[in-house]
Amino acid sequence: MSPKRCLWAAMLVLAASALPARAETITVTIDKLVFSPATVNAKVGDTVEWVNKDAFAHTATVKGGWEVMIPPGKAGSIVLKQAGAVDYYCRFHPNMRGRIAVAAR
Amino acid sequence: MFIRPLAATAALCLFAASASFAQAADKPTDPQISHIAYTAGALDVEAAKLALSKSKNQEVRDFADGMVRDHEAVNAQALDLVKKLKVTPEDNPTSQALAEAAGQERARLTKLDGAAFDKAYIDNEVAYHKQVNAALETLLIPSASNAELKSLLETGLKLFQGHEQHAEHVASTLK
Repeated sequence: MSPKRCLWAAMLVLAASALPARAETITVTIDKLVFSPATVNAKVGDTVEWVNKDAFAHTATVKGGWEVMIPPGKAGSIVLKQAGAVDYYCRFHPNMRGRIAVAAR
Repeated sequence: MFIRPLAATAALCLFAASASFAQAADKPTDPQISHIAYTAGALDVEAAKLALSKSKNQEVRDFADGMVRDHEAVNAQALDLVKKLKVTPEDNPTSQALAEAAGQERARLTKLDGAAFDKAYIDNEVAYHKQVNAALETLLIPSASNAELKSLLETGLKLFQGHEQHAEHVASTLK
């Protein structure tokens, strides 16, 4: 490989590693009125999915922000758009609480 | 402090019901515990249905919808469990006192309309869930001998504590 080509190859590798990592889906399980894990770390663009094992409807609600409905035995999800930590709770059972720490990408 | 006659009546009903919880303090059996827990849920569903037939307040209606949904769901689980455990729920003075207090409350609520009804219904829901949760915590859960029944009661307690907080939130919007 010529020195020039070698340089190009090196730049390509660098460019690829600078590309944002693929967005992930983070699963939070709801069982017996508990969000588990209670705190998750995520990045902007990731999806949080709540899997509801209870026979009761729940929500993941951010005061003054978004709300996800999570029907009994089903799942609900949201794509995180903003960096920062958010506390959420279930509007039907406000004693259920969770937190998502969202890092910039 | 100014105590309205309605609140005083409610306090009396609560007192009557908690007095019978105290009487039953000599450890209710699993068949009695399951009857009490089921009755407490069924009575709250009846109250919610009354609210749905009377209230026009969206927050109150959403709350009542939740009570019907959750208490019916947990009572369905309770029925499945007693069937599986071959336990026959047994009527007892605590269930009877709960039903009697709920009957009096229903008679009082039926006469009210509009904002007065909403406030009375929600205030009673706060008080009722407090009372049932205290009974679950101090008497029913510690007395339950079957592990699965105990576990369902514990889930019930978490659920009803959620209802209590939800009712308190709705009450704060009615002021």
